[in-house]
Amino acid sequence: MRTSRTLDLGTGLFVLLGFAALFFLTTQTTSHGISLVSPPHYDLTAKFDNIGDLKVGAPVSMSGVEMGRVSNIGFDTKEYKAVVTMRMDARYDQIPTDSDASIYTQGLLGGKFIGITAGGADTYLKNKDHIDFTQSAIVLENLIGQLVANFGKSSSSSDNGGGSTDNGKAATQPEGPKPKPGAAEPKATEKPK
Amino acid sequence: MRLLREVLHSLAESLVGLGTVVRFFLRTVAACPAALLRIDLVSKQVYNSGALSLVIIMLSGLFVGMVLGLQGFQLLQRFGSEEALGTAATIGLVKELGPVVTALLFAGRAGTALASELGLMRATDQISAMEMMAVDPIRRLVAPRFLGGVIAMPLLAAIFSMIGIYGAQLVGVQIMGVDGGSFWSQMRSAVDLRDINEGIVKSCVFGVSCSLIAVYEGFFAIPTAEGVGRATTRTVVTSAVVVLFLDYLLTAAFL
Amino acid sequence: MPLPSNPNGPGDAALRAPLQGIAGEGSAIVEIRDLGYAVGGRPVFAGLDMEIARGGITAVMGPSGTGKTTLLRLITGQLAADSGEIVVAGQDMRMVSRASLFALRRRMGMLFQNGALLTDISVFENVAFPLREHTDLPERLIRELVLMKLQAVGLRGAAELMPAELSGGMNRRVALARAIVMDPEILIYDEPFVGLDPISLGMILRLVRRLNDALGITSIVVSHDVKEISAVADAMFLLSGGKVVAHGTPAELKANGSDIVRQFVGGLPDGPVPFHFPAPDYFGELLSREDRP
Repeated sequence: MRTSRTLDLGTGLFVLLGFAALFFLTTQTTSHGISLVSPPHYDLTAKFDNIGDLKVGAPVSMSGVEMGRVSNIGFDTKEYKAVVTMRMDARYDQIPTDSDASIYTQGLLGGKFIGITAGGADTYLKNKDHIDFTQSAIVLENLIGQLVANFGKSSSSSDNGGGSTDNGKAATQPEGPKPKPGAAEPKATEKPK
Repeated sequence: MRLLREVLHSLAESLVGLGTVVRFFLRTVAACPAALLRIDLVSKQVYNSGALSLVIIMLSGLFVGMVLGLQGFQLLQRFGSEEALGTAATIGLVKELGPVVTALLFAGRAGTALASELGLMRATDQISAMEMMAVDPIRRLVAPRFLGGVIAMPLLAAIFSMIGIYGAQLVGVQIMGVDGGSFWSQMRSAVDLRDINEGIVKSCVFGVSCSLIAVYEGFFAIPTAEGVGRATTRTVVTSAVVVLFLDYLLTAAFL
Repeated sequence: MPLPSNPNGPGDAALRAPLQGIAGEGSAIVEIRDLGYAVGGRPVFAGLDMEIARGGITAVMGPSGTGKTTLLRLITGQLAADSGEIVVAGQDMRMVSRASLFALRRRMGMLFQNGALLTDISVFENVAFPLREHTDLPERLIRELVLMKLQAVGLRGAAELMPAELSGGMNRRVALARAIVMDPEILIYDEPFVGLDPISLGMILRLVRRLNDALGITSIVVSHDVKEISAVADAMFLLSGGKVVAHGTPAELKANGSDIVRQFVGGLPDGPVPFHFPAPDYFGELLSREDRP
């Protein structure tokens, strides 16, 4: 009875610390977490033929600068495409309406992320706007299939795009022609040598 | 023929022992609601099992996290994926090292304290005196201690994991030069609530097991100095084996 | 060596008569008939008969190992008899339910050999323990009751000490205060004089007698301090070999001529309870050519 105040204090501190740790683990280490500081944001959507293994929480960046995160992945049953919702930091609100979104890979073992290439329009994307130009993820099997197919032709047309490969670790912007909307095939192929 | 009889005999003994444990467990669980009414007793036990274990848990968490940071960095560096260190450390801690190492440390520190305390009470007739005063010792002594352990364990495991992650960050980012932003952002995108859940479930299960083993060994200890000593040793050994076995079962179940 | 005589033989009807005359009260509060109990195959009691009268102090004595403490545990229901009948305050212990057993125990107080105080709470809290567990009395009333009981045993000033800070005698007196705090009908003392200095011993002795008279209860004292307990007991039972070998008032026992009683009461080293543990022939063992026995 004499030390009950210290006892209660100690117990209370311990339980508090324990719950703080649990809170930390569930919110600060996962993507479903609550960011304790929630900056103002707006949402954009884009449709892809193939998102590969893009995950919710994957970063959305432009010129290598992270501007947002993938907040939801859905499916459009009419067009049979994946619908990706991106939560963008409100500070970056000057993305032209004709920009395109492509799916890239981080590093060798990294996950997929979305890179946005700026277009030339004067109007900017606002909340709930849709990015019309998209580039799906590179699927390895299709890439190999293309390689094999191209192997047979002596001169391959450059219809499949002549852009650089983007196995780079950072979110580099692809060079090359503007992709057709809804392009299904990867634009990067390695010329066999 | 005699060998067969001996084997059957020891099998029967083991079954009896198992039955005793299960019945004791059921009695303890049945006494828990009544014990919770005496919240002062339970909170004192949470203090004894949890708050007093904080120092060893936090220190161990820090060092384990730092080692994880070192080893993880070395391994990932071979694949050029140092940025995944955050993911590796968090997954390793939250799913495995946190619950298991905390359970083992808990068994060693809090488990032995529970067992020896109850064993000593048994040896000095305090438990008999309580029965004589028509107070159920399971409700008054065993259930609060059991609840104290069950409540403390998941909290301790969470603290262990949290400090471990910061330890890994300390080594990876501050010392080895991994990018701080990537450390956290990759972790956030790769670690899922399912992983955290797995860790919490594991630590709860371990908490129940270790607490049960400790109070059982103490309550049924032979009331001599040697008996109490052996009860304490058996607590640690049995807890360790059971925890590691359950770890495998739970990991497989979560796949 | 001579076998101990069996005074409880079939012809000894007088020994089985209840002790009504001695205690001057009504029927027996504890009746034991033909009790049988064995531990690990070895019989502790075989055909034990005993009646403890209501009111007054009854002493249960015997050489070490005769199962006096076991008898207490059988009476309080901590152990169950293998055969025979034990009736405590009208309750047949063979058929008592858990709830009835707990209710019965609330009417009993027991003083354990080493006090058995709860070591993590203070003296005051120890004495208050039964009140807190079994009653809903307000704090003020609990405090008064506890202080009164501590006053009765002379330790009111020690209320805030912890059990570890008490001497052996003080420990036992606090345990006694705890045993009487619920005003029991039966007080059971398990070897209360063991290891006490003469002063503490005298204190406990005096308390046993005074409490019994003041509270009007029945006291059962298990002890082997013959001289001490003879001073306060109203009736005495001597156990040996799992049976009652003698009973009566202290004066009657002193005058009892049987071998076992004389050895026990007189503290003689050899007699029906032998000095030598059973062993083979002495000279034969010494002169044998073996290295080990």
